[in-house]
Amino acid sequence: MTAAIETHNLTKEYPHGFLHLKRKTSLENLTMQVEDGEVFGFLGPNGAGKSTTIKLLMGIIFPTAGSAQILGKPVSDVSMHRDIGYLPEQPYFYDYLTAAEVLDYFARFHGFSAAERRERVQKMLHKVGLETAGKIQLRKFSKGMLQRVGLAQAIVHDPKLVILDEPMSGLDPVGRREVRDIILELKNAGKTILFSTHILSDAETLCDRVGVIAGGQLRGVGAPGSIVGVKSLGMEIIFELTGGGAQIEKVRAKATKSGANYRMSINEADLYAALEELRGAGAKVISLTQIKPTLEDFFMELVGKDRAQAAAVEVSGQ
Amino acid sequence: MNRILIVARNTFREAVRDRVLYNLVFFALLMIASAVIVGQISMDIEAIVMVSLGLSAISLIGLLIAVFTGVGLVSKEIDKRTLHAVLAKPLRRWEFLVGKFTGLVLTLTVNTAAMAAGLFLAMWFVKHSLVRGDTVVLVAVYFMLLKLTLVVALAMMFSCFTSPLLAILFTGGLYVAGLFVAQLRSLQLTSMSAHTQKFFSILSYLLPNFENYDVMGAAAHGRGISGSLVLLNTLYTALYCAIVLSVATVIFSRKDLK
Amino acid sequence: MTPGKSTAWLLLLILPAGFVGVWRLQRKVNVERDAMYQEQDEVLVRSPKLMKLVTLEYATLAADIYWTRAVQYYGNKHLGEETNLESLWPLLDAATTLDENLLPAYRFGATFLSQPEPRGAGRPDLAVQLLERGLNANPSYWRLNQDLGNVYYLELKDYAKAGRTYLEGSKKPGAAPWMKVMAARFMEKGDSRETATMLWTELLDSSTDESIKETARINLELLRADEDVDQINVLAQRFIAKMGRPPTSISEMAQAGLIGGEPVDPTGHPYVIGLDGKARVSSKSPLFKEKSVYRRPL
Repeated sequence: MTAAIETHNLTKEYPHGFLHLKRKTSLENLTMQVEDGEVFGFLGPNGAGKSTTIKLLMGIIFPTAGSAQILGKPVSDVSMHRDIGYLPEQPYFYDYLTAAEVLDYFARFHGFSAAERRERVQKMLHKVGLETAGKIQLRKFSKGMLQRVGLAQAIVHDPKLVILDEPMSGLDPVGRREVRDIILELKNAGKTILFSTHILSDAETLCDRVGVIAGGQLRGVGAPGSIVGVKSLGMEIIFELTGGGAQIEKVRAKATKSGANYRMSINEADLYAALEELRGAGAKVISLTQIKPTLEDFFMELVGKDRAQAAAVEVSGQ
Repeated sequence: MNRILIVARNTFREAVRDRVLYNLVFFALLMIASAVIVGQISMDIEAIVMVSLGLSAISLIGLLIAVFTGVGLVSKEIDKRTLHAVLAKPLRRWEFLVGKFTGLVLTLTVNTAAMAAGLFLAMWFVKHSLVRGDTVVLVAVYFMLLKLTLVVALAMMFSCFTSPLLAILFTGGLYVAGLFVAQLRSLQLTSMSAHTQKFFSILSYLLPNFENYDVMGAAAHGRGISGSLVLLNTLYTALYCAIVLSVATVIFSRKDLK
Repeated sequence: MTPGKSTAWLLLLILPAGFVGVWRLQRKVNVERDAMYQEQDEVLVRSPKLMKLVTLEYATLAADIYWTRAVQYYGNKHLGEETNLESLWPLLDAATTLDENLLPAYRFGATFLSQPEPRGAGRPDLAVQLLERGLNANPSYWRLNQDLGNVYYLELKDYAKAGRTYLEGSKKPGAAPWMKVMAARFMEKGDSRETATMLWTELLDSSTDESIKETARINLELLRADEDVDQINVLAQRFIAKMGRPPTSISEMAQAGLIGGEPVDPTGHPYVIGLDGKARVSSKSPLFKEKSVYRRPL
């Protein structure tokens, strides 16, 4: 079974510098697959190559080397676009058209009857929370509203595969929640979803698998948990401490204050001894959790390593 | 074909709602109105004055619309990334370009027709009757439309590979050059060799000749224009536009967008 | 791998074909347009006042354009061997209406409107009209008096008027001293080859316009030829007296000892004796077609 999206050594270089003599590599030998029906997150700092990859997939820019296929067809085959939906980064649409008109315009390319189009447009507006704004011209829309229109046009034709470039950008927490819900809904309907983001928590909660890109190179692919390894780094106890006394002071010395409570990190081996100590000090245990390295740690380490590369000159115009 | 029309329809809609267009058309109608007043000062060359001024107004405004929207169509879309979402549809790049072009030509036709209607109204107001000879003005307006179509094609082509400002300058420059192309042919400086002369002569045929469309003299004096000229100009425009759009398509199809 | 590499090559082939089509169509359009504008070149020029109105602050620029067109027009017509110079006047009229101070236009018009065909339009009356407008707008420019005087003298044969305007000009600042001299000559001597020669020589020396200089040169040659022809005719009279009949050729006259060698005109062509027994310029000479100042075929 072919993967929904496949790339082989996908590379993109840009001419750079005075007289375009130098070349900047924006993406280097990217080889990866997105399986049918999974939610795949593309993670990376700004300028890492996420947008570049997505633009290469959508045929907005052309690869210097390598190839890519979507739904088994090469990316140069535009007929394949019939089955995919795309939300561009920072979408901006036609100033003088209304939301409903824009959605209608995009829907027309898929050969629906007029009645079906109308129905779908209404449904989409409702789904992204814009049902009251359907007749307002887009030049009056806020960034968040435009983002929603963008999402709506990406799924109005019920595509098998949806590609979203920074779908959460420009949205307030409520909006982000809504988008998350929509993505989950799509996943439950059996769609394949690829989205790029630099917000780690979104990736952790939504994705089946995550691909980490930095400096134009793929650093790791796998389930969010598996990338960082399941090795536990110890336990963390959060507790309340009231009163005083010598024993309490000893405990206080080992812990760090966190708001009204205290935190203490200990090795797994020392867990019960520590708990005894706390009991003796009359502490009230609030929580006990395993410390696992997060995607964030992995990320920061990665980014730290290629600070030079990651912060390099933007040529993709972001 | 259908896809081209979808893009065309959308382009037309967006262009027609752009308020700048209305301002320009209004301005043109204003100029035609003032032509009526001017005509009354000059007595027996009333009609001539009005037709000349009116046609000049339509030409000038039409040109502004053609150049600025022609450039805007592609440049603005690339700049503001409205293009990205559209190209994600099952639509080939050349279909997009041709659709844009068709939409704009449609817009121009509507605007020009509106202005021409205003002109005819003014003519009727001044002459109190319209004779068959006045259809010449209609032909003159049609030629103007052909001219604008070619300008739009050029504007779109330039905006495929240069910045909006440069595209405007190049298109404007080529238009002005195109008005004097015929002079290039008869340019006979004593210092020139036969080769240079031949070169200029060839150049004068290859560059777009915008003087072909100028029949203001005939229109102002109510003299007829031959049917063959109408046909020839139409064919010339169609062929030249095809060439320009083909070039634009090739450039656009391989261009990395922002 | 960029798409459409094959389309790029296809374009490279189609493009030349397209331009050939454009070429062919353009030629046909030219034919149609020439037919359309045959009667009235530069039709819109018919109402210069309208032009002034339309061009507003760009009037002087428009004047320059018309002036340039006039020069080109004349140049074109000249090289194209056409003698119909109908539109020269409208163009000059427009140029000088738009910009009354366009001096070169007046000077150009003076010469080429008044000169007989094929050199010029043969309309000295229009030249006078033009120059009078010029003098009105530029009262201190004495050269326009010179030009007006020349028209009166050479074409209209009105020596009194010629003298008067030269005199007027001679009083203007910066006028050349010979203006007064010439004024006197006009009024005293009337029709005189010598005066005409002086007039053309002056124009040849002072003008910066190549076309005017060329005309001056040719007119001077015509005057010389005139002179020569007259002298040969005097000798022909002697031949008649001697032989009792008119001569049939220059060589005959030479044989009779009346003429030494083969006299040639200023372009190097030998003079011939016509059927009427009078001398004239050879039909092979470029001067043949030109009409002399004295309107006599040479």
